[in-house]
Amino acid sequence: MTAVAADRAASADRAESRSRAARVVAPIVVGAIILALWFLVVDVLHAAPRALPSPVAIVGQLAEHYDIILEDMGITATNALVGLAVGAVVAIVLAALAATFRPMDGMLAPLVAAIAVVPIVAITPILNTMFGASSQFGRQYVAAIAAFVPVFVNVLRGLRQTRPVHRDLLRASGASGLQTFRVLTLPTALPYLLTGLRIASSIAVIAALVAEYFGGPADGIGTAIASYAKSGHAALAFAYVAGGIAIGLVLFLVMSLLERLVTRGRPV
Amino acid sequence: MSAVIAKGVGKTFGTKSGDVVALTDVELTVEPGEFVSLIGPSGCGKSTLLRLIADLDSATTGELEVFGKAARQARIDQDYGIAFQQAGLLPWRTVAGNIALPLELHGVSKKARADRVAELAALVGLDDFVDRYPDQLSGGMQQRVAIARALAEQPRLLLMDEPFGALDEMTREYLQGELARIAAETGAAVVFVTHSIPEAVFLSDRVVVMSPRPGRITDILTTGLGDARTEALRESPEYFERVTAVREALHGAPVERANER
Repeated sequence: MTAVAADRAASADRAESRSRAARVVAPIVVGAIILALWFLVVDVLHAAPRALPSPVAIVGQLAEHYDIILEDMGITATNALVGLAVGAVVAIVLAALAATFRPMDGMLAPLVAAIAVVPIVAITPILNTMFGASSQFGRQYVAAIAAFVPVFVNVLRGLRQTRPVHRDLLRASGASGLQTFRVLTLPTALPYLLTGLRIASSIAVIAALVAEYFGGPADGIGTAIASYAKSGHAALAFAYVAGGIAIGLVLFLVMSLLERLVTRGRPV
Repeated sequence: MSAVIAKGVGKTFGTKSGDVVALTDVELTVEPGEFVSLIGPSGCGKSTLLRLIADLDSATTGELEVFGKAARQARIDQDYGIAFQQAGLLPWRTVAGNIALPLELHGVSKKARADRVAELAALVGLDDFVDRYPDQLSGGMQQRVAIARALAEQPRLLLMDEPFGALDEMTREYLQGELARIAAETGAAVVFVTHSIPEAVFLSDRVVVMSPRPGRITDILTTGLGDARTEALRESPEYFERVTAVREALHGAPVERANER
């Protein structure tokens, strides 16, 4: 390598590490600026409406009530996870059936389209009444419906992505149907499944949380936000919102990590 | 026993706008250890004929035998190995995993698999790359992995569908030399589809010339260039003579030469 080329490579390295640092630092700076403005408007200028508490007050409430917030987070997160798991399993089974049997696909397509457009807010009160005011089942059911659609759509798509040259190769190798599924169809569909799960994980949390606004047992993040906001405890309500964000974020990060692990070593 | 015997083989595809005759009345015998190329313009049915031998499609008419068995039985018994124009490697498997795929499907033990993979990687000159993934390899290297995979079960017949068609000229010539060496070392018969006249002549004992609408064999030429397929052959007068002969067979009439006009 010539000195000039070495110099250029070194400066490219520097540029890359600079841009990586910028990627991390930039959002932190933006967040800090927003917090500072928020603090300025609420605590210094006193120009905000009453429902908007100071960030300091929210952190204070978080610290003071972290035990009950965590408890409610646990309930909402459990509902979201149960919904995600059930919805995903049903979606995978039905997608496998649709991919294997053409007529099955014809029967399922309109059904899935119907489920996809069902507004969660519309059926939640009905489900809550159906399963009783003390049962978490209605909420889990809503989360399952919400999680089902993205998983089904992605898995079905993934199961159909095998390339003709690969199918020829396995046929030429005398592979059985089960072997073809194991070494070709499944690995081809796996990244699609994980993308579906990643999308569904966020949606399941939102669905579980929104479902709580419409009644059911008197616990969970959504119920707490609704009742504290109404009773004038804005800071505590916001502390619960932070808890809700944390659930969604953790689940999303776990799914992204899983996706990255499974698709390691593959071309993107 | 002949490697391949085709008697009156034909293939018709049914399409919306009526039946299309892809191949008609093919008579061809490939002897053990023989290198036979199928050449012709697109639509002449050369790939279709290869797919029929591989039992990836089934013939509409005629009889097709591979080592004395029906094509389907020969496929199930793994009497042939196959390579396509696209290397067709599984991107989530390493080079070693791809070469071992046929062995894995047939329940070969892990130890025996590892030994065979090492042998094959050496044969195609990829010893240092067994742990790489396909997308880390050049097109020529991917094609060598595909050839190693085709040879995994020590087949007596190798079917190749334009395996070097997507490669640059230099890589192509290099891999032709490698393939000639590998075919000689393994003693396998080869049926090789190509649209390159020099490639067909350089590699083959016989060149089968085909023609479209309907796809059929119009001529079979014996090259008679002997066993030494070295780079020197590419410069020899006999080689050019055979290239001209195949070209004239393809065009259906003697090609008018500039100095004879």
